[in-house]
Amino acid sequence: MLGGGSRRLSDTLFRGFTLLLVLFVLVIIAGVTWVLVSNSLPTIRQFGWSFLSNRAFDPIHNVFGVAPAIFGTLVTSAFAIFFAVPIGVGTAIFLVDFCPRPLRMPLAFIVELLAAVPSVIYGLFGFLVLAPWLQTVGQPWLQKYLGFLPFFQGQFHGLGLLAAGMILVIMVLPLITSVSREVILTTPTAQREALLALGATRWEVIRHAVLPYARIGITGGVILALGRALGETMAVTMVIGNQASPIGPSLFNTGYTLSSVIANQFGEATPGLFFSAVIEAGLLVFMITLITNIIARILIYRMGRVGGLAA
Amino acid sequence: MSTVVEKQSAANPFQAPRTAQNARRKASNIVIIFFSLLATAFAVTVLLYLLLYVLRSGLPYINVALFTRIPTPNGEPGGGLANSIQGSLILVGLASLFGIPLGLFTGIYLSEFGRGPIATGVRFLVDVLTGIPTIIFGLFAWIFIVVPQQSFSGLAGGVALGIIMIPIVARTSEEVLRLVPKELREASLALGATESRTILQVVIPAARNGIITGIVLAMARVAGETAPLLMTAFGSPFFNSDITQPMDALPLRIFNFAESPYQAQINQAYAGSLVLIVLILLTSFAIRWATGGFKQQR
Repeated sequence: MLGGGSRRLSDTLFRGFTLLLVLFVLVIIAGVTWVLVSNSLPTIRQFGWSFLSNRAFDPIHNVFGVAPAIFGTLVTSAFAIFFAVPIGVGTAIFLVDFCPRPLRMPLAFIVELLAAVPSVIYGLFGFLVLAPWLQTVGQPWLQKYLGFLPFFQGQFHGLGLLAAGMILVIMVLPLITSVSREVILTTPTAQREALLALGATRWEVIRHAVLPYARIGITGGVILALGRALGETMAVTMVIGNQASPIGPSLFNTGYTLSSVIANQFGEATPGLFFSAVIEAGLLVFMITLITNIIARILIYRMGRVGGLAA
Repeated sequence: MSTVVEKQSAANPFQAPRTAQNARRKASNIVIIFFSLLATAFAVTVLLYLLLYVLRSGLPYINVALFTRIPTPNGEPGGGLANSIQGSLILVGLASLFGIPLGLFTGIYLSEFGRGPIATGVRFLVDVLTGIPTIIFGLFAWIFIVVPQQSFSGLAGGVALGIIMIPIVARTSEEVLRLVPKELREASLALGATESRTILQVVIPAARNGIITGIVLAMARVAGETAPLLMTAFGSPFFNSDITQPMDALPLRIFNFAESPYQAQINQAYAGSLVLIVLILLTSFAIRWATGGFKQQR
């Protein structure tokens, strides 16, 4: 039948068109990877692994390495995760278990708004408010009372690893809270009620029924947050100082991260090794965040379908 | 606390005996409730403080000139951010032209046609894409468009932002398309409509509000992006609607003015931040309200 034939034709066309666009999306992803790899080749060939351990990023002598950037990236992200995990999971527990019912949705919404604030505004706030405050009040106080720790020594710059870490805590907090909240909500009610029936306190229910169940999902959320912290560019670039200090334990030092290297250096990057070095820094950020995100997604998928994570 | 069981609790046989262990359990319960309250208070305080600070610092500098004039040369008072606002609108428009169809059709594929390992793979890739730092897509557009053209351009910025929109639009459309009842599709097919007609005229209209929500969410998200624009749109102190030329954007202007030595420019950075934040918060509220998110209780 003619009608039947044309029907199938229109379906085929629609299906084909859809597949074509999906294919295009896949080509873009592959294209991003290919562009980064192919443009990094000159520095990969020239420096090999020493690109990771070399401390100089020196366009004048054409020697490039990103050791201080990797250090800065790891320190600020570790700081962010260390403080954001207890606060974020604590908030999630409060929102699910302790918060008065009418306040639950509004509070959860407010915490999620933290994720909607553009990173340049965190950067502005960090640069104009947090860093000056750290320099005049925060860092002198830390040194006076906690100065025996190696983390709080040296000059008060305001801008530096501490400021970047603090801004990152705020930026990854909503991610940890929303993922934790979603997975805590998926804990079967029967499991909670069973413990309650045995006379457990609210905390014991969370400790023994909820957290063991939600552990994998929360870990996924934390790794997702780690990925965001490792790759965050604007806010960190604005507050980290963008100057290499000797690598040391003090959080008062200025520094830079892989992403801030890109943001600061692309403008001067002359064709050749310099250009390639900037791209290789990008390739490293790409690979690190790709791996963390793949691990995070696998963990979250194991919790079953948890919605609302796209944003 | 002693370990003596007090007799008073015998009045209520369900009351736990007041042993030291039970006291400890209760104490740790209260400590945890208090800690979780404190954590929530911290998150809420930070947001409110940030909002009020930007409001207080930016509001006095919100005026007509901000929306109609372009920046003055170094630090002279007056002028505005009109070119940045125009640029942001153009960039988000370009990104939408590029990102919405790709995102929407990826969503349609995942919800309507996607079965088996390939669809799982695509879904996984799209999810992973949301976690990649946006500066990476800026680098891509820089190498792919700016370097060959030898000029920063609005087009490159739009492409970078468009790629960022794809996974957001794709995943939200997939979610809402899946919510359309199977019966609706079957009814349409039973009436003799083709598969493509069913999707285009029954399923998508049924999910329209959700799809629009996803699109608006994605637009709000990229409207605040800065990092990928650094090396693509680059910024410009003038009005420019030629997408092959450098173009300003509100977040870029905020970034440049925040680190300015001139107080007048810092004030305008606050005013610009206020405009951006109000736009994004209004969008978030509108989306919540439209999707009934304030009533939802779980």
